Amino acid sequence: MELDPFVLSRIQFAANISFHILFPSITIGLCWFLLFFRIQYLRSGDKSWEYAYFSWVKIFALTFALGVVSGITMSFQFGTNWPGFMERVGNIAGPLLGYEVLTAFFMEASFLGIMLFGKDKVSDRVHMIATFLVAIGTTFSAFWILSLNSWMQTPVGYEIRDGVFFATDWWAIVFNPSFPYRMTHMLIASLLTSAFMIAGISAWRVLKSSDGPSTWLLLRVSLISAALLTPLQIVVGDLHGLNTLEHQPAKIAAMEAIWETEKGAPFTLIGLPNEETRTTDYAIKIPKAASLVLTHEIDGELPGLDQFEGEHPPVALVFWSFRVMVGMGCLMLLISWIGCYQLWRRKTLGKTYLMALAPMGFSGWIAVLAGWWVTEIGRQPWVVYGVLRAKDVVANHPPAVLVGSLTGYLALYGFLLVAYIGALNYLSSKAPRSAVLVHEYGLNSSDTDSRPATQEQK
Amino acid sequence: MEQFLPIAFMLVMGLALLIYVLLDGYDLGVGALLPLATDDEKDLMIASIGPFWDANETWIVLGVGVLLIAFPAAHGVILTALYIPITIMLFGLILRGVAFDFRVKAGDIHKARWNRLFFLGSVIASGSQGWMLGSYITGLQSGLTNTLFSFLIALTLPALYVILGASWLMMKTEGALFDKAIKWAQAAIIPMGVGLLLVSIATPIVSQSIADKWFVLPNAIGLMPIPLSCMVVYAGLLWILRRPDLLARGYAWTVFAGLVLICLMASLGLAYSLFPYIVIDQLTIWEAAAATESLQLIFYGVAITLPAIIGYTIFIYKIFHGKASELSYE
Repeated sequence: MELDPFVLSRIQFAANISFHILFPSITIGLCWFLLFFRIQYLRSGDKSWEYAYFSWVKIFALTFALGVVSGITMSFQFGTNWPGFMERVGNIAGPLLGYEVLTAFFMEASFLGIMLFGKDKVSDRVHMIATFLVAIGTTFSAFWILSLNSWMQTPVGYEIRDGVFFATDWWAIVFNPSFPYRMTHMLIASLLTSAFMIAGISAWRVLKSSDGPSTWLLLRVSLISAALLTPLQIVVGDLHGLNTLEHQPAKIAAMEAIWETEKGAPFTLIGLPNEETRTTDYAIKIPKAASLVLTHEIDGELPGLDQFEGEHPPVALVFWSFRVMVGMGCLMLLISWIGCYQLWRRKTLGKTYLMALAPMGFSGWIAVLAGWWVTEIGRQPWVVYGVLRAKDVVANHPPAVLVGSLTGYLALYGFLLVAYIGALNYLSSKAPRSAVLVHEYGLNSSDTDSRPATQEQK
Repeated sequence: MEQFLPIAFMLVMGLALLIYVLLDGYDLGVGALLPLATDDEKDLMIASIGPFWDANETWIVLGVGVLLIAFPAAHGVILTALYIPITIMLFGLILRGVAFDFRVKAGDIHKARWNRLFFLGSVIASGSQGWMLGSYITGLQSGLTNTLFSFLIALTLPALYVILGASWLMMKTEGALFDKAIKWAQAAIIPMGVGLLLVSIATPIVSQSIADKWFVLPNAIGLMPIPLSCMVVYAGLLWILRRPDLLARGYAWTVFAGLVLICLMASLGLAYSLFPYIVIDQLTIWEAAAATESLQLIFYGVAITLPAIIGYTIFIYKIFHGKASELSYE
């Protein structure tokens, strides 16, 4: 079989971007949590908050480093694998990426040094400001890159001369139609990812009896945040879907596997979309539900895949990614509400619940990955929706070179992922040393006042 | 504006890459020196670059970013042609960047392994950057002479990084490690000098158009300060490295400053050799430039943020000024 450089480059970019998003999706949200811990400490003087900060800043640093190195790889791959993209769209993508480097990358990378190593070198206030600047930096970074990504999904404010894109309206480009929805959806997603990671790892610590003075504090903060944010995310996700229907109907048709345009379209709960026969096998459908959800009318018309022959994304992948994301969202809602209920009524969490919560530490990752797969694979075959096809911008490298680099990346990413999860496990199974607690935080090693009494009896 | 903006961005790109070579150069150099130190010294060496490396590495993102923003056509040509060395460099930078954290967070049993990966990543990244620079100077052409030339720079640049790293350690450490740093610098200075000399001789040989620009009167006379000042500074470096007493009395910064001067002169020479091309003999900076309105938009951004970035970078270097101590980077 002849290996297609286009397919190889796509797999490589997909692998890279999927690996990369894991880490920013934690750091963007986690940094705001860290800022919250810092402010709480400065306000209350309660050392548990400071301990919470410094135990999570380690995980933040590790995650941030992985985000940086995988991000640098991406910035090079635009040129090494997709040179046509910058040649055609450089006038628009360039400034957006440039502002990301200038307003975000330097700020976060520079002040991170103070966050990690500046505790004894600067005042508490400067340290808090440094944390704030890193949080702002990561959020700015998300702002610019999501603006560019959204523009690729819903391009406006440009004209094409001789195949090259020129900007005509920068405001329209930056705040393009899908951007406000994607930005909100992603920021909440990141807060949720980090909330569940904090909750999951804290649950793991309690189960392994390596909990420290902040573990229960962290459990409460993260579960309450998750319980509040998950419903909000569902509403924002719904609005984002309506926006997608308006601007990218082919993506919606693939997400819902609507083969023919119809009024009062049913919602397919699950099934196996089959592109050969253009039907969904073994489908379980709820009559009229898709029209109701997407048009908010019982007999609303939904455009089907028949309107986009040869120009719609692979159906099964988008269909299933969407269901994984939504399913994960429902699970997050359930778990966070049960947790808050238990904390409210029983002031503690049961062992069974903690065992369910621990693996939910990675629920945000699964939802974020599935969500990005929906939106990115759902854009295919376009790189700029409706205007520029991905296959027209790819570099024509020999397949052997691409196979080599792809294999290398996959091996490296696999290795790093294992190492990352191993390090998380190592850090969370290490009970805090009492010497550190006493000297650095003025806490007694038995100072687990935040630990509920019932927990001690188990 | 149409004439001016590409030149302005050429300068910004050159500045970003020069700062990258100097800043990430010293921390990559420290990484390359790691196996020569004892375990306690390793911790101290990494502590000395801990607060800085991340921001240091961001300068290459800015450099490549400006290439992409301001010269999208050249960006595609250069990065596609350098596919293999770039991929290798990225592997090196990835290993180096994550090893910082993993070596102290993955458990003591794995520490030695992450130290090795830290070293390996630093060396791989340095060497492939030299390879990239070599290919770039030869106009991205293949062939035996060009490959040899790239190979030569692939050896010279790491030597420069090593001595930058050693001089950084002289400023940031004391005692046995300080003495070792002087030895490392003494060992690296000769290969670096020979390498630079060979590269200077070889450059006009591999590139006729560069030769034409240097060996004509009166330009040749006007250009003399570049090689002459390099030679004077180099002699000064040779001298001061034999005076540990002076270095210990707070003059260690002069080594770093001397290297900054040499790099500055080398980049001026390179800029002169290339101008007005961004891909030599193929694309001028005006041919490769992005649309004027796009350049204008980002120009304001650069004019505002770059001084701010330089400002807070200096602020952070001041906070962490002085000899490095064990950082609680647990």
